[in-house]
Amino acid sequence: MEIIISNSNGVPIYEQITEQIKVKIVSNELKENELLPSIRTLAKDLRCSVITTKNAYEELVKEGYVKNVPSKGFYVAKINKELVLEEQLNKIEELMDQAVVIAKMNNINKKTLNEMLNILYEEK
Amino acid sequence: MENVLEIKNLCKKYDNFELKNITFNLPKGMIMGFIGENGAGKTTTIKAILDIIKSYSGEIKIFGLDNRKDDKDIKEDIGVVLDDMFFPEILTPNDISNTMKGIYKNWDSKMFNDYLKEFSLLPNKQIKTFSKGMRKKLEIATALSHHPKLLILDEPTSGLDPVARAEVIDIFQSFIEKDDCSILLSSHITTDLEHIADYIIFINNGEIVLSKTTNELLDKYGIVKCTEKEFKTINKNDYVKYKKTKYEYEVLVENKKDFKAKYNISVIDKITLDDLMVLMIKGEE
Repeated sequence: MEIIISNSNGVPIYEQITEQIKVKIVSNELKENELLPSIRTLAKDLRCSVITTKNAYEELVKEGYVKNVPSKGFYVAKINKELVLEEQLNKIEELMDQAVVIAKMNNINKKTLNEMLNILYEEK
Repeated sequence: MENVLEIKNLCKKYDNFELKNITFNLPKGMIMGFIGENGAGKTTTIKAILDIIKSYSGEIKIFGLDNRKDDKDIKEDIGVVLDDMFFPEILTPNDISNTMKGIYKNWDSKMFNDYLKEFSLLPNKQIKTFSKGMRKKLEIATALSHHPKLLILDEPTSGLDPVARAEVIDIFQSFIEKDDCSILLSSHITTDLEHIADYIIFINNGEIVLSKTTNELLDKYGIVKCTEKEFKTINKNDYVKYKKTKYEYEVLVENKKDFKAKYNISVIDKITLDDLMVLMIKGEE
């Protein structure tokens, strides 16, 4: 499993771990019922504190991506793909809404906005 | 969570220095970083924990036992690295291994030799031929080789180059990978702590001024950089300390998100433990 941590992008490390594991679960790189590394092993391998990896796993459990089997470890949970997709769409809508608000505030028209979106989409 | 170390109201008075009501707990399986200026009281606290200095008041419990009454049982399970080397210079690592065999019931010669190999230290060379970094590594190898449950390390990485520091930090993290091991370490090299410490205790003038999880400190605290005009708009309750430099004000805030929401000041930097220390010590209220 590959996890890439940036110490300088301002995103808390536990969030970076949570997000990257989520992506791996959604993309099926991590399969249902797969055992994840223990909190301590992950901390050691990522060179971060134990509390950080603990927070990351707790967040994943809370959001239903991972289940904690006491005294055994953390396993990838069965996820509801539609629900996940819906969640992502909501997130996109929220961010686009912000973009539209800023555009309207500054009299930027729809065409420019569309162009920007096209460029960004192609670049990735 | 169970605590391996509990310190309550530790006080110690010297002529020109005083430890005041040091109180903190180290939960099992965690790494706690101890930071502060030279002479702030880190080493004094560590020496009190190890019962090296006497006549202090307060309560220190290690593994739930009194550190003075049960010190024989406790010491078996503690690994220590102190700032000053305590091995006679004419000894070799082999001599140390033989001596330690008589001191610790759980002394593990094989483990010790493995560490010597890992650190490229020759077992039959006298310590006086070792460099400062090699001596530090030897001390660390010694501290780890009797399967302690708690490591107490005073400046374990000082004198080590960045590569050796990374090596040592890896070894510390492997050490706590086993569930019941914990570490208290003091360090000036705060970047080491930023990565691996779960908790940070910041001591200044013999008093604890800050005690938080590392994440809370690094993710929430921030440094606002602004002009004098902007600074005057900030409410006194919204910052911890500030420092005026020639060109700007540096203001330490406890929660950069809240601050951003309240004020229209654009430069808010992430904090490092170094920044935090300097602002806490040199900044004005």
